[in-house]
Amino acid sequence: MTAASRPSLGRIALNGAAGIGLLYILLPLIFVIWLAFFRQEIPSFPPEGYSLKWFGAAANNKAFVSGFVLSLQVGVAATLIGLLLGVPAALALVRHRIVLGPAVNTLLLLPLVMPGIVLGTALYVFQIETEIATGLPVLGSLGGLVAAHTLVVVPWVVRLVTASLVGFDRTIEEAAQNLGAGPFTTFWRVTLPSIRPGLVAGGLFGFVTSFGNLEMSLFLVGPGRTTLPIAILQYLEWKIDPTVAAASVIQIGLIAVAMIVTDRYVKLSRVV
Amino acid sequence: MARLAIEHLRKSYGDVTVVDDVTIDIAEGEFLVLLGPSGCGKTTTLRMVAGFVPPSAGKIAIGPRDVTGLPPWKRNCGLVFQSYALFPHMTVAENVAFGLEMRKTPKADRGPRVAEALRLVQLTGFDTRYPRQLSGGQQQRVALARALAMEPDVLLLDEPLSNLDAKLRQEVRVEIRELQRKLGLTTIMVTHDQEEALTMADRLVVMEGGKVRQIGTQRELYEKPADRFVAGFIGRSAFVDGRIEGDGRFRSKGGLEIACAAATGAGPATLALRPERIAVGSDAEGLANRFSARVEHAAYLGALLDIHVSLSEHDRMLLQIPNRQGFVEPRPGETIAIGWAGDAGLIYPLQS
Ligand SMILES: Nc1ncnc2c1ncn2[C@@H]1O[C@H](COP(=O)(O)OP(=O)(O)O)[C@@H](O)[C@H]1O
Ligand SMILES: [Mg+2]
Repeated sequence: MTAASRPSLGRIALNGAAGIGLLYILLPLIFVIWLAFFRQEIPSFPPEGYSLKWFGAAANNKAFVSGFVLSLQVGVAATLIGLLLGVPAALALVRHRIVLGPAVNTLLLLPLVMPGIVLGTALYVFQIETEIATGLPVLGSLGGLVAAHTLVVVPWVVRLVTASLVGFDRTIEEAAQNLGAGPFTTFWRVTLPSIRPGLVAGGLFGFVTSFGNLEMSLFLVGPGRTTLPIAILQYLEWKIDPTVAAASVIQIGLIAVAMIVTDRYVKLSRVV
Repeated sequence: MARLAIEHLRKSYGDVTVVDDVTIDIAEGEFLVLLGPSGCGKTTTLRMVAGFVPPSAGKIAIGPRDVTGLPPWKRNCGLVFQSYALFPHMTVAENVAFGLEMRKTPKADRGPRVAEALRLVQLTGFDTRYPRQLSGGQQQRVALARALAMEPDVLLLDEPLSNLDAKLRQEVRVEIRELQRKLGLTTIMVTHDQEEALTMADRLVVMEGGKVRQIGTQRELYEKPADRFVAGFIGRSAFVDGRIEGDGRFRSKGGLEIACAAATGAGPATLALRPERIAVGSDAEGLANRFSARVEHAAYLGALLDIHVSLSEHDRMLLQIPNRQGFVEPRPGETIAIGWAGDAGLIYPLQS
């Protein structure tokens, strides 16, 4: 046997490390999914039997349902606004020499790296001050929540759209103009389709980040207006039955479907 | 009246002027070639005509229309980009139809016109392919079809053949020229390739350093180059530096007395000779200028022989003689007789 045909020690170690990493990511997911199907109320191993009743319980829980609806509303609105702000920002950053461009670029990514608690506190204070200054209800309103979530969507959009713009050949925009397309038509028919992978991926990741956001939202929700992660947290303060696991499984399922559908149009592994 | 008139066009970036006072008239249906070394301002000139570069000064008119201030999408110039610039997310047919769509051509008319454009470039049946599924030559022809389909007032080609391999280039040259003639399109093509320019053009514009050096037909440029640059750029020339001693008399730096009809007045000058006008051996007998020359290097090129010779310590030149039956190329170190007629040379100011 030659040395080349024998898997090297390094390769075995690499595969092992990758396997452990993957397991580390997947294990909690597997447990939550498993738990959602347990029959008994207090999770214990081994399970006493299996049932689908917790899915029914989750679907009938008013707080979960209204939380889900609100999270969806906020996520969709924040994603749309985030795209409207993030795409022009990315275009400007890549194509024009902007005063302090690199600084602006870093600043735009900040909401992603700042701890949610810090962000939440800052926004809480800001929204209260705004309320005092303007007399308009901001804190706890849908608008206030959407504005805050837009903040965590924008970095994703800017990052991923910027990435897809870097390799973009601008002469095709000139070609469109040469053929009679004005600036708007050129953007719509030529630029946008070319940056679509970044746009879709940025929107998707922005939406998922918004949908799952807990810490920042904790500071900003109002009475009777709770997002799904907060509703789950509140439920957990009283009970630990698998209803929460079932709600999580539904969420995981939705996100998985969104990813798979997106992946059919743009290869996510290529843009991220 | 000229179909396309470029008047005193200038472009400066800061202190650097890259296109300087360019004036060109192009007749209806003419195929004009802008020729010059890389970086001389050809693309910039073309892009000013297309509207992508705002001129610092000057005027551009297409027919009776002054287009100087118009944006690219209102100029109706069909530009074929060096990189083709096909829309990667559209099929061949969608690419070609784009210009028609922008002109609000009724849907029913678009299909036939796209088909016609593709037929002209011999790409019938490629409608549903995407650019990435085509070879370089095919992409180039789609770019051409896309420009033709919109029925442009002028066709602009920026080094359209530079990304093709040598053999294909020869074919496409002929194809483009035939198509242009058939459609009667007023055309400007940009190239740095002398042979390409000479084979395709009705008229050529030689540019250098942002300036027009000469405008003319192939014959005019070759036989009456306006300056030393053109004499060296279009075909080859042997240059002999020296001074004019009096009418018809030129004296080289190395001290050779040369009879030259073009020499008038007096003062430092350069004599330019076309290599093929210089005769060798017995052919040189009876010519006004006869010298013995030492062969430095001889190259066998098939139909031609290139022979570098020195006439004196300071006078070297290149001879180009047809490879006639039984001719044996001289070896380095040999001495040969050469000569040329008194009317063979052209005189230019001496360049330092
Ligand atoms: N946007 C620009 N800014 C500064 N200089 C430029 C710009 N575009 C072109 N140039 C300069 O102008 C000169 C002519 O360029 P170009 O027209 O592309 O030459 P060619 O097509 O003849 O090779 C070059 O020296 C180039 O560096
Ligand atoms: Mg060029």
